[in-house]
Amino acid sequence: MNTERFRARLTGACRGAALLLLTLVALASLLPLYWMATGSLKLQQNAMSVPPEWFPQHPTFQNYQKLLFGSKPVLRWFLNSVVTASAIAATAVFTSTMAGYAFGKKRFPGRSVLFGLIVVTMILPREVTLVPLLVLMRQLGWVDSYLALVAPFICYPFGIFLVRQFMQAVPNDLLDAASLDGAGEWATFARVVLPLARPAIAAVGIFAFVSGWNEYLWQLMLLNREEMLTLPVGVSKLVSSLTSFDMGVAMAGATFAFLPMLIVYLAFQDYFVRGITIGAVKG
Amino acid sequence: MSTTRRFREARAAYLFLAPAMLAYAVFQLYPLAQGLWLSLFQAGLTPERTFVGLRNFERLAVDERFRRALINTAFLVGGLVPLALTLSLGIALLVQPLAKRAQAFFRLAFYLPGVAGGVVLAMVWLWILNPTYGLLNSLLGAFGVRPVAWLGTTEWALPSLGMVVLTWILGQPIILFVAGLDSIPPELPEAARLDGAGPWALFRRVTLPMLRPTLLFVLVTQTIGAMQVFVVVHVMTRGGPANATQTIVYRIYETAFDFYEYGYASAMAVVLLALIAVVAVVQFRLLGQEIEH
Repeated sequence: MNTERFRARLTGACRGAALLLLTLVALASLLPLYWMATGSLKLQQNAMSVPPEWFPQHPTFQNYQKLLFGSKPVLRWFLNSVVTASAIAATAVFTSTMAGYAFGKKRFPGRSVLFGLIVVTMILPREVTLVPLLVLMRQLGWVDSYLALVAPFICYPFGIFLVRQFMQAVPNDLLDAASLDGAGEWATFARVVLPLARPAIAAVGIFAFVSGWNEYLWQLMLLNREEMLTLPVGVSKLVSSLTSFDMGVAMAGATFAFLPMLIVYLAFQDYFVRGITIGAVKG
Repeated sequence: MSTTRRFREARAAYLFLAPAMLAYAVFQLYPLAQGLWLSLFQAGLTPERTFVGLRNFERLAVDERFRRALINTAFLVGGLVPLALTLSLGIALLVQPLAKRAQAFFRLAFYLPGVAGGVVLAMVWLWILNPTYGLLNSLLGAFGVRPVAWLGTTEWALPSLGMVVLTWILGQPIILFVAGLDSIPPELPEAARLDGAGPWALFRRVTLPMLRPTLLFVLVTQTIGAMQVFVVVHVMTRGGPANATQTIVYRIYETAFDFYEYGYASAMAVVLLALIAVVAVVQFRLLGQEIEH
């Protein structure tokens, strides 16, 4: 009896210690974001103080003033990122919903081959396509344009995969009932499939928006003109690995680029979880 | 009757697929084919190209900097993949039994950095890792550790970048492992416990086998991700000091956009493609078979 109680207490204590450790690790994981946000309120001499200021002693918005109304068109970069990520999300939703529905619910010759291509593309490194894409964009005269920022992401393999997984779980009776009622393919899609697939569609839109916002390499390669830069590409030039830079302004830039992502995350937390779990390969 | 129905179904399917597949063909498949083809040429900013056969690959075989990039990438994969797997599984095991609210907090803590994106975090870490006024050295200084030039020394730069990457890749695997743990039917651990299995045996015999598909998925995606590390290198070190943080993707970027050697850069990308294909197939074969057992 006594040993059992002792054992229960011991496992209880172990669990408690583990949870404490977990909480510490979680706080450490958030620390860089805290450091960025508070750093954006520090002037250079405070940012460089040793020992560091855990709470900004003299918080100021000067860095944001310098950032937004300085020599760089930061508000334009913000606008560019909003336009790019929104357009990527919209086109990804459009193409993924239709293609995912076809792959999930229709039988047609070549289905497994085409779907296999889509799955393989999720694994293949995009780096192989980057140089030819850039050449293609030059030929089309699309360098430094929104079109070129969006075009490579119109087909969003992960989104197609996600909608297809979701559609496969939808019972056929629902769709058959609609077509028995005499509804055409398009009407069935618009009136039955779209409302049913709403959670998957939302997840595709959110993932596409976030990945469009954070798509760095392609934007970095493609963009030359300063007013066409996206926010992440633009603000990343505020830091330098070789020379010293204004930490406060850099952190203001980073915070500014992070805020839209924070809002998206807080507003759509559940969709992230659902999208990730639907999107993982099952069996 | 049934053939016309089938024909109609197929026609509808192709119409639904058309926008995605058209964009796929023009902006993904065509560039992919071009990329493979371009690796056989000497090509640059100007339109003219010279066919050089496999000469680009021969050059790669003796390219000292590319060899460094390969070794560094292998180091990142070897360090990041096991760490990401064990950490995310461990965290998931602790988080899964918790109440919904607590789960949401830990999800935020571990997933939000990934949403924040590499650029933003690399910028912060550049400050945190600064040898004189960075947060890390000052925290370690409290324990009597002497200041370290994290990004400035050849032995610390690459592990530092690896640690930074590790801070934002845990969220997705944690969510997947928690979902995997949720889906284990409670009868299984109960039955094992009645058979006298301890916690370790329970984990080895019940939990791990049930998580195999998730483990495979996380293993493959994390390996592929670690093979393509770029943002931290570009923002934090530019491949230095002394090529200590060169990675395959950073080499591709530099070769194409600083040196305008498009053919040579394409050859590097083809090597990366081949490496990823081999790794993915091997991992699927090994673990895929075990799943069936």
